[in-house]
Amino acid sequence: MNQGKLPRSGLGSLVLIAAVVGGGAAAFAYTAGWFSPGRLTPERMIAALTPPSGPPLGHRRNHAKGICFTGTFEANGNGAELSRARVFAQGHYPALGRFNLGTADPNAVDATVRVRGLGLLITTADGEEWRMAMINPPFFAVSTPQAFHDLLIASGKKDPEAMKAFIQANPEFGPFAAWAKTAPWTGSYAEEPYNGLNSFVFTDAGGGDHTVRWSLLPSAQPIPISQADLEKRGPDYLEQEITERVRTAGPLRWTMVTTVADPGDPTADPSKAWPENRRKVEVGTLIVQRIEPERDGPCRDINFDPAVLPQGIRVSDDPFPAARSSVYRKSYDLRAAEARDYPRTGTAKP
Amino acid sequence: MTSAPHRFALIQRVLHWLMAVCILAMLFIGVGMVSTVAPKYLPLILVHKTIGVTLLVLVLIRLALRLYYGAPPLPADLSRPMKFGAKLSHQLLYGLMIVMPLLGFGMLWAAAYPVVLYGGIRIPALLPQSDLMHTLLWNAHVYLGFAFFALVLLHLAAGLFHALIRRDGVFASISLLPLWDRVTQAK
Repeated sequence: MNQGKLPRSGLGSLVLIAAVVGGGAAAFAYTAGWFSPGRLTPERMIAALTPPSGPPLGHRRNHAKGICFTGTFEANGNGAELSRARVFAQGHYPALGRFNLGTADPNAVDATVRVRGLGLLITTADGEEWRMAMINPPFFAVSTPQAFHDLLIASGKKDPEAMKAFIQANPEFGPFAAWAKTAPWTGSYAEEPYNGLNSFVFTDAGGGDHTVRWSLLPSAQPIPISQADLEKRGPDYLEQEITERVRTAGPLRWTMVTTVADPGDPTADPSKAWPENRRKVEVGTLIVQRIEPERDGPCRDINFDPAVLPQGIRVSDDPFPAARSSVYRKSYDLRAAEARDYPRTGTAKP
Repeated sequence: MTSAPHRFALIQRVLHWLMAVCILAMLFIGVGMVSTVAPKYLPLILVHKTIGVTLLVLVLIRLALRLYYGAPPLPADLSRPMKFGAKLSHQLLYGLMIVMPLLGFGMLWAAAYPVVLYGGIRIPALLPQSDLMHTLLWNAHVYLGFAFFALVLLHLAAGLFHALIRRDGVFASISLLPLWDRVTQAK
């Protein structure tokens, strides 16, 4: 045989083999983003979220401060006309969730954090899950995931020109800044509305699609409080208050309202509210029955990934649920690997 | 002329090439999806999970076929280290084909994610939620994924080496194209 001495075309064949292997490896590296420093990756988004003091080890990379709850979602059956998801059939479904603050610092003082959130997981008997993560502003700060990244970078800079340049490039931030400045603060997680902001597509039993957003509206009467007064109540007042409120006053309730878009409404842009006169359907009530600390609570290991949806609900042309899913997954991978930095026992904050 | 000892059975050859395409797609989808926040992230991850299950089923069928039909012998003049390398790389490839989907699903179960495939098919969880287990399985899935790609490239290079340089009938034994048989058997 020709072992040791190559046939005449040997050199050409070797070059071809090297080209195939090298080209394959290069294509792989390109797909992995190694040649694309400009690509918005989950790592870059998480880097932008990381405070100067360092990553919140063992915690979510955003909305890092929170407390768990369990309860029930009581569907009134009205949602069935919009979506065939089992969760809208009249009945009670177990709910698990988390009240939280929109900050990357798990030790943040409550009165320093403007945005409050609620993560929710509803499970139906057939094993389907609906996960969502909502916040209290009525619209989102920016139109695209890239703009959110840019906002994080600009707001993290000491140079005031950075924010000015950001606002110039992203005028949709104006209404959010106005909300942050003027909306009243409250002294309780129970007094907040929580808005899904992103649009999703509900599919009804007949196969008809409806693009919707949803909100949880509190039954508790909001009582405005100044930021200074909230600060006086202590750094972790909100967690103490909600624990005490449920212990003494019993379950808390929120009505879930879905808003159906008209054709032409901005379904892809969560920074744009839809007109007030859009059709609204009350689909049920969230009942929060029990509060537990996050450290060893049932919400600790749940990723409130808004792309985990039951049959009958799917993502729309809104780019955020995919981006949030991708970044939340990375955040989960990180904090799961850092579990020892956030021990399940003990009370001292890390 | 082209009976069993010289070539893999047709069904084995078809499965080889079908799985080759799927595995390459899986590796590229895997590194692509985890490096983007774009809307395509969601369909990519759905396809990744769905092909993963499909490949697990296919590799089990393929392994059964391999045990039933066997494999054509390697050329007698192949050096000992090359024969050893060929056997080892094939065993590693089979091992990774079986282990990768299991690691992938295991890491999702350990993170308490519902595993939903294309068409809404749900795979029930076989592992409880566990930080430690998730981290182990996730690391294994990622690093073995890179090892898998390196092995695929090596396998590809070896196949081309047999086809273009040694022309010893090894490539023809797995080839789907009759042209390759004629070229290599005319030798």
